[in-house]
Amino acid sequence: MSEVLVLVDHLDGAVRKPTYELLTIAKRLGEPSAVFIGDGAKASDVVDKVKKYGAEKVYVVDDAQIKGYLVAPKAEALQQLAEKTSASAILIPSTIEGKEIAGRLAIKLGSGLITDAVDVQEGPVTTQSVFAGSYTVTAKVTKGTPIITVKPNSATPEESEGAGTVEEFTAEVSDAAKGAQIVASQPRKASGRPDLNEAAIVVSGGRGTGGDFAPIEEFADALGGAVGASRAAVDSGWIGHAFQVGQTGKTVSPQLYVAAGISGAIQHRAGMQTSKTIVAVNKDEEAPIFELVDFGVVGDLKTVLPAATEAVNQRKG
Amino acid sequence: MNIIVCVKHVPDATADRKFEDDNTVDRVGVDGLLSELDEYAVEQALQLKEKAGDSEVEVTALCVGPEKAVDAVRKALQMGADKGIHVVDDAIAGSDAIGTSLVLAKAVEKAGAESKVDIVLCGMASTDAAMSVVPAMLAERLSWPQVTMASVIESQGDQVRIKRDGDTATEVIGASMPLVLSVTDQSGEARYPSFKGIMAAKKKPLDTWSLSDLGVDAGDVGLSVAWTEVEETTARPPRSQGEIVKDEDGSGATALTEFLASKKFI
Repeated sequence: MSEVLVLVDHLDGAVRKPTYELLTIAKRLGEPSAVFIGDGAKASDVVDKVKKYGAEKVYVVDDAQIKGYLVAPKAEALQQLAEKTSASAILIPSTIEGKEIAGRLAIKLGSGLITDAVDVQEGPVTTQSVFAGSYTVTAKVTKGTPIITVKPNSATPEESEGAGTVEEFTAEVSDAAKGAQIVASQPRKASGRPDLNEAAIVVSGGRGTGGDFAPIEEFADALGGAVGASRAAVDSGWIGHAFQVGQTGKTVSPQLYVAAGISGAIQHRAGMQTSKTIVAVNKDEEAPIFELVDFGVVGDLKTVLPAATEAVNQRKG
Repeated sequence: MNIIVCVKHVPDATADRKFEDDNTVDRVGVDGLLSELDEYAVEQALQLKEKAGDSEVEVTALCVGPEKAVDAVRKALQMGADKGIHVVDDAIAGSDAIGTSLVLAKAVEKAGAESKVDIVLCGMASTDAAMSVVPAMLAERLSWPQVTMASVIESQGDQVRIKRDGDTATEVIGASMPLVLSVTDQSGEARYPSFKGIMAAKKKPLDTWSLSDLGVDAGDVGLSVAWTEVEETTARPPRSQGEIVKDEDGSGATALTEFLASKKFI
C-alpha cells in the first residue's frame, strides 16, 4: 500500500487532536505516515502518540534551522518527502499556516489542491461546505499527488496501533524559502476552555452583550463549551479576533451552538450554519438568526443566560 | 514604489449564490462586486501610498475575470488606485486557484517588465471560493517571500514588517521587497469612494490584457485542465425553524434548560 503523508498539527511538540483525525482519514486512503516538523528532542513523545492512531512511519524533520521562517521551508520539506516516498496523498490541517503550506506545495509538486474538506473518502473524494454552508460540494484532485487540507472534527479519531517506525529526514532548504522571517512570536494565552475549533459546544456573544461577556463565559463553562463571538463584538474591541466565528474568523461545526445577542448576518452564518443543533437568545424576535434555530428564546441574554447557567449548574448537582 | 493589488469580482454574498450546470460558480445570474475582503487590500495599498507621499507610490489594481469583472477594478480606481489591469480571456473560465495564480503571476511579471513591482497585495480570502491559498501560490510562482494575514503593516525602505494573528500565536513577520502581502479584515476599515474619486476614476488608465499578451498558453488554464474537479454540488436543505419561546419572568431560561437537557447537552 502506498504512503499517505499526514502533517502533524502540534504546538511545540504537543500533538493536537486534528492530527488523529487526519491519521484516521489517511488509513482509509493507504498507509498513514506522520510527518513531524518540530523540535527533534520532542519527537519520541510525538511518535508514541501518533502510532496509537495508525502511523506506520513517522518522519521527523528537525526544525532547528527553519523554525524562524514562515511557511516556505515546511513546503520544501514536504515536497522532498513526497518525492522520496512517492506518496499517494498528502493531508494537512486546515489552519492558516496549513493552507499556505499546501498552496506552495501544490505549485512545487504540480499537484491539485483541495482546501477545507469536511470529509474525505476513498478516491480520495472530498466533501466541502461552501457559500456560507448553503451548498455541499464533492470534489477530487485530477493531477499529481492529491493535497487536501482537512478541517477539525472531520472524522472521529480511531485508535489502531501502527508500527511507528521513525525515520529522521533532513530537508534541503533553499535560501529563497528563508525570505520571510518570524521576528517575534507571542503564544496565545490558554483560556482553560476547550479550543473553539474543536469544541463540541460553543456559546457565542454578539452586539447584544453590550461588551459584557461574563454571561456568555459563565454559560459556556456550565456546559463545558468554548466561547465565541460575532464580528460586531470583535470589531467593538470587546473580545479578541481569535474568538470570531464567521466568514473571516473560524468556521465551527459543533454539536451545539448557542448564539446570544447575535442577529445572524450572513458573515456570521457562514461560520456556524452547519452546527448540529442551534440555539439563539435575542431580544429582537425579528433577528434572522431565529430562522436557523432548533430552539430560540426571545428575551434579554443578560437575564436569560444567568438564570439558565444557574439551572444547568443545579441539574449537574 | 509600485504596488499591485489583486482584486476579485465575486457573486454578492448576500444574494442567492448558485452553481452552473458544469459545477462552476454562477458569475452571470448573480450580481457581482469587488470581494469585500479585497477592499481591505486596496485600503492598505492606499495607506502605504499616503504614508510615503503621493508621488512616490503607484497603486495598480489587477483583476482576472470575465467581462463584467472589470467593475472590481473600477471600484478600486474609485477608491484611489492609480491604474487598472483587467486580464480577460474566455479560456480562463473555470480555472482553479492553480490556474488563477499562474495568470496573476504572469500579469505581475509583465507589469514588472515595465517598472519593477515591489509589493503584490491581496485580501485574506475571496468571499466565494474562500480558499486563502492564492497569495501563497503567487509567492511560490514568483519566488518571493510571503508576509500574509497581516492585521498591522509597517514599512521602511525596502523592509516590511507585519503583525500576523496565527492559529496559536501572534507573530511579527519581516521580509524584504519584492514580496507578497495579504491583509485581514482587522487591518482597518476600507474607505468609500468619494464623489471626486468616482469622477477621477473615469480618466484613469485601464489596460485589458489577454492570455497571449501574457504569454500564457490557453491550454494551461481553464476548467478542462484544472487540477481539481468538482463532482457534485448540492444545495443544503434549508434549516427548518424550531420552537421559539418568549421569555416572561424567567420562563425562557427554564424552557432553554429543558431543551438542552432533552438533547442531552447537560
